[in-house]
Amino acid sequence: MNALKNFMHKIEPNFMPGGKHEKWYALFEAVDTILYSPKDTTYSTSHVRDGIDLKRLMITVWLMTFPAMFFGMWNIGYQANMAIAGGLEMGTGWRETMIALFAGNNPASLWDNFWYGFWHFMPLYAVVFAVGGFWEVLFAIVRKHEVNEGFFVTSVLFTLILPATTPLWIAALGISFGVVFAKEIFGGTGKNFLNPALSGRAFLYFAYPAYLSGDAVWTAVDGFSGATALSVAFDQGVINGMIGDISWMQAFLGVIQGSMGETSTLAIMLGGAVLLLMGIASWRIVLGVFLGMVAASLLFNVIGSDTNPMFALPWYWHLVIGGFAFGMFFMATDPVSASMTNMGKYYFGALIGVMTVLIRVVNPAFPEGIMLAILFANLFAPLIDYSVVRANIKRRLARVSA
Amino acid sequence: MEALLSLFITAIFIENMALAFFLGMCTFIAISKKVESSFGLGLAVIFVLLVTVPINNLVYNYFLADGALAWAGLPDVNLSFLGFLAYIGLIAACVQFIEMFLDKYVPSLYNALGVFLPLITVNCAILGASLFMVERNYNFTESVVYGAGAGVGWALAITVLAGIREKMKYSDVPAGLRGLGITFITVGLMSLGFMSFGGIQL
Repeated sequence: MNALKNFMHKIEPNFMPGGKHEKWYALFEAVDTILYSPKDTTYSTSHVRDGIDLKRLMITVWLMTFPAMFFGMWNIGYQANMAIAGGLEMGTGWRETMIALFAGNNPASLWDNFWYGFWHFMPLYAVVFAVGGFWEVLFAIVRKHEVNEGFFVTSVLFTLILPATTPLWIAALGISFGVVFAKEIFGGTGKNFLNPALSGRAFLYFAYPAYLSGDAVWTAVDGFSGATALSVAFDQGVINGMIGDISWMQAFLGVIQGSMGETSTLAIMLGGAVLLLMGIASWRIVLGVFLGMVAASLLFNVIGSDTNPMFALPWYWHLVIGGFAFGMFFMATDPVSASMTNMGKYYFGALIGVMTVLIRVVNPAFPEGIMLAILFANLFAPLIDYSVVRANIKRRLARVSA
Repeated sequence: MEALLSLFITAIFIENMALAFFLGMCTFIAISKKVESSFGLGLAVIFVLLVTVPINNLVYNYFLADGALAWAGLPDVNLSFLGFLAYIGLIAACVQFIEMFLDKYVPSLYNALGVFLPLITVNCAILGASLFMVERNYNFTESVVYGAGAGVGWALAITVLAGIREKMKYSDVPAGLRGLGITFITVGLMSLGFMSFGGIQL
């Protein structure tokens, strides 16, 4: 390890202003600070010191997506192998060649399922990481800011909310839009107002709906077509405690079709619980989203409807189907695009919860609502903060003058 | 009643003047630097729409539409070609009234809005609402509700944009995009967020 440290020290002057590789300082800094804690200290007066800096925070979020990610890979394989066991062909292609090299198509085998999913998740993730990283580094070099680990989080979250069959070029396009237009042109991490991963996803959703929605995209086998739990619920509602042939427990564990990382509420909650305990994700936002969702779905339960079975969908079903849990723990809690004030976080969360149920129930155009609900709430976050601050000032003024 | 409520909601969210039709962009972008003044302008627009759309509705139905002058004994006259002229004249008068009112009673807002207050006259969101009203054959009650809804929607959009732009003071935007450029991109991203309502049928 020491050799590496010495090497980094030795090459450092080359990247400093005036050095021969001055242009690449951003890259050097990124590698250096990932390996070792930076030696820069604060040189002005008072500052708050905390063990958790932006880098560690982002890397923790990234690690905490792993339960959802690994479960997702298994689930892609499980869904696909079930379809193949049902009589479909696996198809031919470079992915399938790699899958067949080391694994079979037995849906009962942990390894077969994982390996199948691995070859659908990893290429997408690699492309997203490379393309997004390219933009991040390009902006960092040209604009002379530091490469930020926020990108680790953006890229993994973006990949996890794509369907397993997303073509690589579409993923590349989506992450480019998200990173460039929702983040970098505002100056990088901490200066944007929309969640970059979600903006990229929403861009793709509206620009290439055929590749990202419908019944054929969720399971990675050619010719397989099956509706997601949400669209079945929209057509039929809950019958005898089941949506179609899915029980609540199946939906909670995540053995259902859906985007790669968002099917398993359990795996997401595992990662999410750690984020809440460490104070990285704000419990106020999560609570707000949850309560908003419960309140809105209870309201719709009471209103009722003869033609739309979604009105009657209970809140505990809303929690486990679609991307609700993933959005609640990983997307809504993005510290940059959410409300900053403590009071504002409740309102921000509640707005997301209510809007999610609203879109799911009354908007037939979009089966899933949480992505658009979070983007919508992102727009209102600054205004919520503004009102909270205003209300505080008013209250204190009243106290002083009384 | 339910139909009116859904017309109101539709006008605010689904057919938002600023973010779905991109009307009234000049003031939308120019007066959205501070939440306070954009909120004030929003109120002014709500008021102007609430007054002008119903008045224009009456003018259209009793003077301009084909056969509208039957009450004066002229059933064959069709004055609808005078529509633009009549609507804009009424809007100008209404704005003039608001301007005098604000100048006298709310001078701070009057100064903050500056030249953009008289410019409400030529704000396309205002004329647009009157034209939509004619095109969609709203009756008088509907035109009141629609005017209020369109105004509230526009006011909501400009206040939200102002909130975002106040936050963006801390952003580090590339030199070439500062000012108008980044605001256009922001508005585009905002309307992406408002897409969540697209497709709702009320």
